[in-house]
Amino acid sequence: MEAAMGLMRRIHPKQSETALSALLSLLPHHSSDLLSQVDQPLQVLCDLESGKEYILCEYNRDADSYRSPWSNKYYPPLEDALYPSSELRKLEVEANEVFAIYRDQYYEGGISSVYMWEDDNEGFVACFLIKKDGSKTGQGRRGHLQEGAWDAIHVIEVGPEEESMAHYCLTSTIMLSLTTNDESSGTFSLSGSIRRQMNMDLSVADGHLCNMGRMIEEMEGKLRNSLDQVYFGKTKEMVCTLRPPSEVVLRLPTADLA
Amino acid sequence: MAEEDCELNEKRKREIAKWFLLNSPAGEIQYIAKDLRSVLNDEKAYNEAALEAFPLYNKSHFICLELPDRSGEVLVTSYNELDENEFLDPRTAQVAIVDHVKQVCTEMRPTADEELSSPYIEEFRCALDAEILKYVAEAYPKGICSVYCVKGKDVEGPGSNFELVVVISAVRNSPQNFCNGSWRSLWNIEFKEDVQMLEVRGELQVGAHYFEEGNVQLDAKHECKDATIFQAPDDCAISIANIIRHHEAQYLESLEASYSNLPDTTFKRKPLVWGRTWKGKMVRREVVARWFPMKLILQETCDSSTNFLTFIHTNRPGSFTLLLASSRKNGLFFMGSWGVKVMITTKLRPLSD
Repeated sequence: MEAAMGLMRRIHPKQSETALSALLSLLPHHSSDLLSQVDQPLQVLCDLESGKEYILCEYNRDADSYRSPWSNKYYPPLEDALYPSSELRKLEVEANEVFAIYRDQYYEGGISSVYMWEDDNEGFVACFLIKKDGSKTGQGRRGHLQEGAWDAIHVIEVGPEEESMAHYCLTSTIMLSLTTNDESSGTFSLSGSIRRQMNMDLSVADGHLCNMGRMIEEMEGKLRNSLDQVYFGKTKEMVCTLRPPSEVVLRLPTADLA
Repeated sequence: MAEEDCELNEKRKREIAKWFLLNSPAGEIQYIAKDLRSVLNDEKAYNEAALEAFPLYNKSHFICLELPDRSGEVLVTSYNELDENEFLDPRTAQVAIVDHVKQVCTEMRPTADEELSSPYIEEFRCALDAEILKYVAEAYPKGICSVYCVKGKDVEGPGSNFELVVVISAVRNSPQNFCNGSWRSLWNIEFKEDVQMLEVRGELQVGAHYFEEGNVQLDAKHECKDATIFQAPDDCAISIANIIRHHEAQYLESLEASYSNLPDTTFKRKPLVWGRTWKGKMVRREVVARWFPMKLILQETCDSSTNFLTFIHTNRPGSFTLLLASSRKNGLFFMGSWGVKVMITTKLRPLSD
């Protein structure tokens, strides 16, 4: 399992789907571990009742069907499927509404879905998903990349309330890919995924949703900055180490032409 | 039946193993191999896959191996491949015998006469090699290069077309910093005697991988074309080296431009703030409405090399703190920069007054 994760850490993020299916066929007995530890690009399905799209993941799957957060129905229809309790469903509906606003403000487009379910120790788990396609053909309002995708997965485990405090454990993954292609500079593609965890004990006076939202916002900001500054910065630094931009080199060809 | 299943599995395992090896990032195939062996748990399948995958990987990555007598290095490419594990080093007129899976050069032997190009071709090749060596030494801190004849190596004198290939490879592996990268250039030069022209085609490929607590990879590829006139060997060499120098410098510039364009386009999200609560939408809108004009003024008063970072923090409903940081990048590295920080705390009043 460790070696499998080692492979996933090295293989190109764009090929993670192929790599995962290969690992699943080699290590069938580790399939549930692999599926929960390796994040995959998010898929989308249309909820026929509400006409809205929703995001598929391990957390709204039962057998081969996926539950829509909008109508609470499974597609394709499934008998004896699992549903959250009515109280949790109420929170889920609210979370989906507010999160859609959040997503629209930050991402200017994209799709979001929130799923919740009870866990074994009197708390619950919530999964917040955002998918944005920034490509020319995508739904992003500013889409002008040849190819560009941003997938965010936030899973928050909420512990039971104790003296009006609750423990929140947030695990976030961001998967990003960008490709530009033009004649003068060829293909330029950056892609990657990063994952971080954050733990907090917060008062539930303002409600779970408020706490979870703040944690997600803070986390997204951090992840976005580290992708931009650290990760992309490091790859750029590497390019400059391989072939440093030098004034001398840049000047020579013009000198020769003159 | 069971046997057939087993056989299919073997085949599938080998395919998977080969896929992983071939898709290893630059400089990381040995790490992939180590993990793969323990995942596969089948030495036979692994060995078979390795025998097929390593030579392909080594040749496509232009890996560079030290000669056993430490006299220099030899590149492994499909352009100087004499036999499955024999690679020509025309500069020293030697043949390196290579162990692909271990990625080492085990032996050397002198070249046979028929393996070398004719003296006429050698004149062009040698002159170009000397110019390229000069260029690589000045442009790449750790670059390895070579020039091979890929077509018409037995041409004895003027009158026939021939083709040379320039390979440049620069690799940087620093696993302790979770960072690897490679720069590969391939320049194909067609010497067309009949039209007295040289046609130059370049293929540049740059990759970088950063994997500390994540996995981020850069892949960049570029192709270009140029041409010059057919001259004496020394003059040809100088003009080809100039073409290469010019295009590679230009490409590096365009890579840097791609990097600096990224944050400004789709990648940069609007710096909104989450209000005091999930329902604090109105506060957020006001902050944005007040912040945008300020940002425009700042941008107009400074030149374009200045970057702004803005952070907005809502203290409590009705008030917010704005932190503006401006910094100027020093050259192309993120190393030196100067910065200014301004902090403003304001109470929100309705926008109308």
